Amino acid sequence: MSGTPLLSVRDLSVAFTQGGETSVAVDRVSFDINDGETVALVGESGSGKSVSALSILRLLQYPAASHPSGQVLFQGKDLLSAHDKTLRKVRGDDVTMIFQEPMTSLNPLHPIERQIGEILKLHGAGPDTDIRARTLEMLEQVGIRDAEKRLKAYPHQLSGGQRQRVMIAMALANRPKLLIADEPTTALDVTVQAQILLLLDTLKREHRMSMLFITHDLGIVRKIADRVCVMTDGKIVETGATEEIFQNPQHDYTKHLLAAEPKGKPIPLNDNAPVVMTGDGVRVWFPIRKGFMRRTVDNVKAVDEIDVRVRSGQTLGVVGESGSGKTTLGLALTRMISSDGQINFNGQDIGEYSFSDMRPLRSDIQIVFQDPFGSLSPRMSIAEIVGEGLSIHEPSLTRDERDSRVVAALEEVGLDASTRFRYPHEFSGGQRQRIAIARAMVLKPKFVMLDEPTSALDMSVQAQIVDLLRDLQRKYDLAYLFISHDLKVVRALANEVMVMRNGKIVEFGPAEQIFDDPQTEYTKALMAAAFEIEVAPSGVVNE
Amino acid sequence: MDQSAPLSGTKAATRPARRPFLSPLNQRRWQNFKANRRGYWSLWIFLALFILSMFAEFIANDRPILASYKGELLTPVFRNYSERVLFPDDPLALPRIDFTDPFIQDEIKAEGWMIWPPIRYSYRTVNKEVPTAAPSKPAFLFDGREELCGRYLDGVEDPNCTGGNFNWLGTDDQARDVLARLIYGFRISVLFGLILTAASAVVGVTFGAIQGYFGGWTDLIGQRMIEIWSSMPVLYLLLIIAAILPPGFWILLGIMLLFSWVSFVGIVRAEFLRARNFEYVNAARALGVRNRTIMFRHLLPNAMVATLTFLPFILNGSITTLTALDFLGFGLPPGSASLGELILQGKNNLQAPWLGFSGFIVISLMLSLLIFIGEATRDAFDPRKTFA
Repeated sequence: MSGTPLLSVRDLSVAFTQGGETSVAVDRVSFDINDGETVALVGESGSGKSVSALSILRLLQYPAASHPSGQVLFQGKDLLSAHDKTLRKVRGDDVTMIFQEPMTSLNPLHPIERQIGEILKLHGAGPDTDIRARTLEMLEQVGIRDAEKRLKAYPHQLSGGQRQRVMIAMALANRPKLLIADEPTTALDVTVQAQILLLLDTLKREHRMSMLFITHDLGIVRKIADRVCVMTDGKIVETGATEEIFQNPQHDYTKHLLAAEPKGKPIPLNDNAPVVMTGDGVRVWFPIRKGFMRRTVDNVKAVDEIDVRVRSGQTLGVVGESGSGKTTLGLALTRMISSDGQINFNGQDIGEYSFSDMRPLRSDIQIVFQDPFGSLSPRMSIAEIVGEGLSIHEPSLTRDERDSRVVAALEEVGLDASTRFRYPHEFSGGQRQRIAIARAMVLKPKFVMLDEPTSALDMSVQAQIVDLLRDLQRKYDLAYLFISHDLKVVRALANEVMVMRNGKIVEFGPAEQIFDDPQTEYTKALMAAAFEIEVAPSGVVNE
Repeated sequence: MDQSAPLSGTKAATRPARRPFLSPLNQRRWQNFKANRRGYWSLWIFLALFILSMFAEFIANDRPILASYKGELLTPVFRNYSERVLFPDDPLALPRIDFTDPFIQDEIKAEGWMIWPPIRYSYRTVNKEVPTAAPSKPAFLFDGREELCGRYLDGVEDPNCTGGNFNWLGTDDQARDVLARLIYGFRISVLFGLILTAASAVVGVTFGAIQGYFGGWTDLIGQRMIEIWSSMPVLYLLLIIAAILPPGFWILLGIMLLFSWVSFVGIVRAEFLRARNFEYVNAARALGVRNRTIMFRHLLPNAMVATLTFLPFILNGSITTLTALDFLGFGLPPGSASLGELILQGKNNLQAPWLGFSGFIVISLMLSLLIFIGEATRDAFDPRKTFA
């Protein structure tokens, strides 16, 4: 290791100006990355980690963003004050980036060959035949099978994992010295995440490059990073070697972060609890129609002959990768989409109920959605959002009675009720999810479908929400259908688990059995990927 | 990570829990609107002109605003008075007092007083004492009062030789005051545009909302109907219908409404299609909220942004269409104050350029102001707009 680091960020600050108000997002941050080293920048959302990474290549929206102080020295040259032309030579050549969302990082209108070729061409790779050969080589390196056939593929023809591989191929095409990876696996399934992380680690060694890895997931950090910088509120509070930080955290925030994993045990399994909801042979098929007469030639079997049973006061966790049909199953059970098969709620067969037949039952069957930013109408105050269901199901309430119910529901989920006249954008993600839970709880439901209620939240907030949900369940004997891909959260809340894949049940049983002694290869692979970030043998999981 | 998160999270703690008059979102929009100085000033100028023109009867009228006769207070601006008020015993008394008649003026002045509006002509008043043959040129083009008041009984000494009786922008070919006609014409154009726009917005938003929200066959059939409907040759239809039905403000409005609502459907439908699968709409469905309520409470505010942005341009289109029809002679009934008719007169009387010019200037001023306001509105509602 030579004396000068490859990248040296000194006293970097980032400020944003909006409507005359300036707020500092990153406050005098300093860190170094040496040759061949992986440095992880860890923090929760809003901590400024992405903004810091983007400012290395000056990719923020200027002039709204500005740098009141700091230097970004890359091989001794300051990138912050560099000329645009110099910077363009560095971008995509010496320093490259991969982003979180492989869906939107690729241009949907160009085949992947052109997108990888473009970056080679921009940085002066020879004739077209060379570019093609190099593109092919890169695709093979990142593990795209049948790379030659895939050259002409468009992004929508690839899976999420393959797209992220293409992004990596683009980033590595010019043999960069530094790769900045901004949450590259957050949008992927755990099994694919393990594959991508392994790929990044292998390529990093082969290319002898350095990596700046931005993530909120401490499991990944432990797996991949040499050194860690912990960020909060725009400041780096602790830096050190990975093992040291994990074994012996110094700063309170690091300790808090390490302790933040969803903890606690689910309510014990009770086989005698009354059954609230059952589904018998539930089927959601989307027909594929072809030809002039629109004949149904085949079906996409999103949910295929599934039997479920949810008991009062118990939680059924439904886990699976994206596209496994777990959310569709939940929507079918709550009659938000039409389905075949019998659905029984509290002794009523609701499988054939129309939307207006369902209306009286809606107060008993509630849903908490995944995205707390999308599930609250931005134009309604919190009191209106929480009170909306009451005005439908209990129209006899006076305004004051309704208000006191809203206040009670907000206090129950741990929010200050005096904030109820504010609008959703003034709340953080965790607070918003509490509001969404209050909206469901104010109606005193019997059955709640929780559709990934924690996946958009930070780890420490996840733990709080899980605790809140468990308390509410205990208090009101609620039946939960808990849908998640995050097995850590499921373990903390569910007492029965159903593993789904391609619309079918792979495995079903008490939570302890599924987690501790999985029977099928697929479940084993899922557990290994989620808890150990281990790659499954090929063929067991998707790419 | 959401880049805007550190920006919005900072000041939440200090805001009082009390509900402000404008929601924070609308406050920011109003700030954005004000930041467009041209649009902001245009709004105030337009509002001033519009409100002034709403009181056109008090500005340009051939009757006094207020008169006193033998201690009795008369308000000729609001109602007609029979000549029996002045001459109770006259068997030949006319049903209406003509306040421009010098004899009557003398009678009232002898027994009381009267306050005239600044311009003593209404849009249909014929100036019986035009200085030259109609169309007569603007007052400021004459050499002094002698020439202007040449037709009055006592010349310059005549009590009617005052500013209010001069035709400041000349007269048209029927010796009616151009300025008075402009004021009334502005009013009728803007009112026509506003009513037409509001009515077509209501119809168009309703249709667009239904199509977008329900989608599927509703949308398919609705869209095909609209395609057929909007491919009708509107101008020909207007001409044919205008030839059958008696021309009039409301009939014209109705005919144009038949076709103008279509322009709203596209954007509103698109907004509803986009937003009907938003998670908060699904959340409302899960609460059991009725379709109509979802459309009004959750989806309409989304669509209103696009609609409001569109509104000033539709308003402009409506005004232009009315002017064009008037110009062609198929618009408002003859004799109404109309900018299009003034332009037509300008075309027919090229020797009197003040007709064409004044009509042109007022129309272009009005349309420009509305476009500037529209631009500022678009800025205000632009969600991506940030000010450095």
